[in-house]
Amino acid sequence: MDGVALLTIFVLSIFVGFEVVSKVSTILHTPLMSGANAIHGIVLIGGITVTGAADSVPEVIIGVIAILLGAINLVGGFAVTDRMLEMFKSKAKVKDEGAL
Amino acid sequence: MTPTWVQLGYLAAAVLFILSLKGLSSPKSARMGTLLGALGALLATVILFFSGIELDNLIVILVAVIAGTAIGLVAARKVKMTAMPQLVALFNGAGGGAAALVALVEFLEYGSSKGTLFLIATVLTVLIGGVSASGSVVTYLKLQEIMTTRPVVIPAGRFITIGIAVLTVATAVWVIVSPSTLGVTGLLVLSLIFGILFVLPVGGADVPIVISLLNAFTGLSVAASGYVLSNVLLIIAGTLVGASGTLLTREMAKAMGRPLTSTLFGAFSGTTQGGGGTGVERPVRSAGPNDIAIMLGYANKVILVPGYGLAVAQAQSTLRELADLLTARGIDVDYAIHPVAGRMPGHMNVLLAEASVPYEQLKEMEEINPDFSATDVVLVVGANDVVNPAARSDKSAPIYGMPILDVDNAQQVVFLKRSMRPGFAGIENELLYDPKTTLLFGDAKDSLTKVVTSLKAL
Repeated sequence: MDGVALLTIFVLSIFVGFEVVSKVSTILHTPLMSGANAIHGIVLIGGITVTGAADSVPEVIIGVIAILLGAINLVGGFAVTDRMLEMFKSKAKVKDEGAL
Repeated sequence: MTPTWVQLGYLAAAVLFILSLKGLSSPKSARMGTLLGALGALLATVILFFSGIELDNLIVILVAVIAGTAIGLVAARKVKMTAMPQLVALFNGAGGGAAALVALVEFLEYGSSKGTLFLIATVLTVLIGGVSASGSVVTYLKLQEIMTTRPVVIPAGRFITIGIAVLTVATAVWVIVSPSTLGVTGLLVLSLIFGILFVLPVGGADVPIVISLLNAFTGLSVAASGYVLSNVLLIIAGTLVGASGTLLTREMAKAMGRPLTSTLFGAFSGTTQGGGGTGVERPVRSAGPNDIAIMLGYANKVILVPGYGLAVAQAQSTLRELADLLTARGIDVDYAIHPVAGRMPGHMNVLLAEASVPYEQLKEMEEINPDFSATDVVLVVGANDVVNPAARSDKSAPIYGMPILDVDNAQQVVFLKRSMRPGFAGIENELLYDPKTTLLFGDAKDSLTKVVTSLKAL
């Protein structure tokens, strides 16, 4: 894909990124940050791509470290976010059943 | 060229990521948001393996993926909820490091053959990823209290930081103009050093903001690595996190009343932030659990202010027991939750929800502040900075300008504290010496248990 197309995607993504998290309540700042943190763990696929194409031993070693770190970020990130939100479960129930 | 079905699969994953962030912005859909994000990540990873890319080192790749997954899962499951912010910081550092290394491998493989734009993207990925990786590790060390939570000011640190910054930028330009392995490796090392220097001068109260900022950095680094690899999904996912993370950082800074610029450029200003308090031993009024129980038991309205010390002592349930006892005596009980009670915005809500404290009793700062003047006793458990009046009056205090809980308006204030040690931000709290303040020293759980026992005997 050419540079301008990639730039277009980049610029539009900035606006989407701003838009989706506007007006979020303070109590969700931590889970939201943690969730966003997990999403950038998708760099894992970048690690797999470069390691798959790597030709020398140093490249493979560095690539494997990248995969390891990426997977930790991705899987750990989603798991810890879910654990945080688990704590809100009973609370959400109370809120739903309330006379609001 | 990437096959069409793969591109469509990546598009689906990108949409899932957007829905994930959207879901995480509202309490009702937050868990679904996490699920959608994880689904998007799984989809993208599975698609990649079948997309027909070169997969020479498949066995090592799979082993690394499985090992990383296992480490991430175990860490996320085992961590205590109190230590969760620093774990998020570590995960973030891992992501930044991964992005920098991905760009490094791609450079080693292709050198300068892909053109200037590729080189610029490589340089940006390595630079931002490196800063995020080492910076995140320093925030981890600060939050875990392995190193001091106070701002670390190295003599002439300002000039060292500026020097490293200039050198880093110069190396970046050098790599773009005349690409070499030495240059890229040097850039990575310099970025790592700069990341450390960038976070060292940050004081305790600003650490959460910096974590959020570094999270946005990692996002941008991942986006740049997407350019390096011409991978659209990495560009979208990274940019989404970069943009939303930047906005979130600003929101957090606003909630804490911290000007973002002073947090960011603390490393360059070189000024030591003042810490109020004279350090002279001054008299405080302390009392036993029995006295506290009587004060609480005969009040009409009590507000509980939980802080990080409560969480560290794992005393959430004991505090709830105390609240239940007081409510049973017909006393009006509320919890006042400062936006950054704990270590991060929303952290305390998570911790109290874990102890099944009813949602309606949790009052946010703006809601509860007017109530303090009509309150008989405020019980502050393991909190300090969030009730420190220095934030209102002392311009030299590092927390100056942060909105606080106005507990000093109440008739009486009781602090449960381990010692006279200042809070996370490292500043003295004048309120401790106020005539209407009573202190009960000891471990929060221990003290609360004793108060509960005394209260039952009333």
